[in-house]
Amino acid sequence: MTIFIPTPLRAYTAGKDAVEVNAATIAGSLDELTTTFPELRKHLFTSEGRVRAFVNIYLNDEDVRYLSAKEATEVSHADTLSIIPSIAGGC
Amino acid sequence: MNTAALAIELPELTEDDLVRYSRHLILPEVGIEGQRKLKAARVLCVGTGGLGSPLALYLAAAGVGTLGLVDFDVVDASNLQRQIIHSTADIGRKKLDSAEEKLKALNPAFNVVKHDTLLSSANALDILKDYDVVADGTDNFPTRYLVNDACVLLGKPNAYGSIFRFEGQASVFATKDGPCYRCLYPEPPPPGLVPSCAEGGVLGILPGLIGVIQATEAIKLILGIGEPLIGRLLLVDALKMRFRELKLRKNPECPVCGAHPTVTQLIDYQQFCGLESESDVQRAVKNGIPQLSVKELKKRMDAGENLFILDVREPFEYRIANIGGKLIPQNEVPERIGEIDRNQEIIVQCKSGGRSQRIAEFLKQSGFANVANLAGGILAWSDEVDPRVPKY
Repeated sequence: MTIFIPTPLRAYTAGKDAVEVNAATIAGSLDELTTTFPELRKHLFTSEGRVRAFVNIYLNDEDVRYLSAKEATEVSHADTLSIIPSIAGGC
Repeated sequence: MNTAALAIELPELTEDDLVRYSRHLILPEVGIEGQRKLKAARVLCVGTGGLGSPLALYLAAAGVGTLGLVDFDVVDASNLQRQIIHSTADIGRKKLDSAEEKLKALNPAFNVVKHDTLLSSANALDILKDYDVVADGTDNFPTRYLVNDACVLLGKPNAYGSIFRFEGQASVFATKDGPCYRCLYPEPPPPGLVPSCAEGGVLGILPGLIGVIQATEAIKLILGIGEPLIGRLLLVDALKMRFRELKLRKNPECPVCGAHPTVTQLIDYQQFCGLESESDVQRAVKNGIPQLSVKELKKRMDAGENLFILDVREPFEYRIANIGGKLIPQNEVPERIGEIDRNQEIIVQCKSGGRSQRIAEFLKQSGFANVANLAGGILAWSDEVDPRVPKY
């Protein structure tokens, strides 16, 4: 399954804009991602292990917060995860 | 309000209007009534920079009756790579004046209202209340949250756009049944995590793409046509030229637009975003790091002091301009920390003072007792000490 990495976080994934993972659930996928790229962890998760509030995780086009199983939702090869952080530039 | 009454209140089109807007009048989706709605409409553009430039120009071209502009900034050369409403002759001039001149040249018949101020909690409600639609073209998180909250509190839709390097986002927030910005992002990122355009760079065309999308959404809202980006987040990747769409839901527990709001008035957005409070006067210490002004640094250099200036920018920036500091790009500082003398005062410097502040805090946490941040960076040095140092 592909995880799309947004521009502000590519510094922590050696510049990659997409990372392939092989886990069964959303949580497992994010775990695999942050194990491969440990610097990413503190940008995605709080010290208590929750996704930070200025980052949204989407399974395909749906916000994970609104899925009934949330991070425990199972994923397949055909799915994608997108990490969407807030950006403010406009100048 | 029934349509008959509405039709009576809409302004008539002049002979000039009929000629100027003929391509709109021919469209069934616009027609004479639609053009009259545009003429009656009042749109506020917050910011006349990257996003604001195409936004304002296209809204003026479309015949929006009144355009409010909020900006307190002055045109500088580095703006001209993307802020196409301004020109070389405008360098040094107030952006509001430059924008007004170009907009009136394009469309002399419409009204421009200039708000020469920094939008803040003290004035936002008063400024926004006279407009029908707000288009947020600002460049920082505190103002984005401020505009969002003000729009929700006043019931004004917000045609939102934001950019970073070569990616953009667009949506419509703060409609009655739709989500607001806080539904998407309840909290801002910690200060310094997402660089500004000045620090991170931006592809010049990008605000053009996104700004026109915002203008399109504003026009659709005014005309009541098409499907606005309500509940939809449009993501644009200009390098791949890929457009994706994600679903945005209204958060029933949103503190501003939810069923039981807890934010019922504007707050201190600087503080909310982890920055110095709006009411604070400029302090000489930020997060425990003393702020050194460029003038003070110059004085100490002239006095022959042996100073360790740590320049944390990238090599290409150093080649454009430098003040002789030791270059260790910010991402390399942790592994090259041994090259920095712990026994000396370290003055950390970057382009405008943001990156250097973060690295100064990092050094302090790593046990460096004597660290200062060069406030304003090399840009301030060029402005206040040596104008021969190029700005970029």
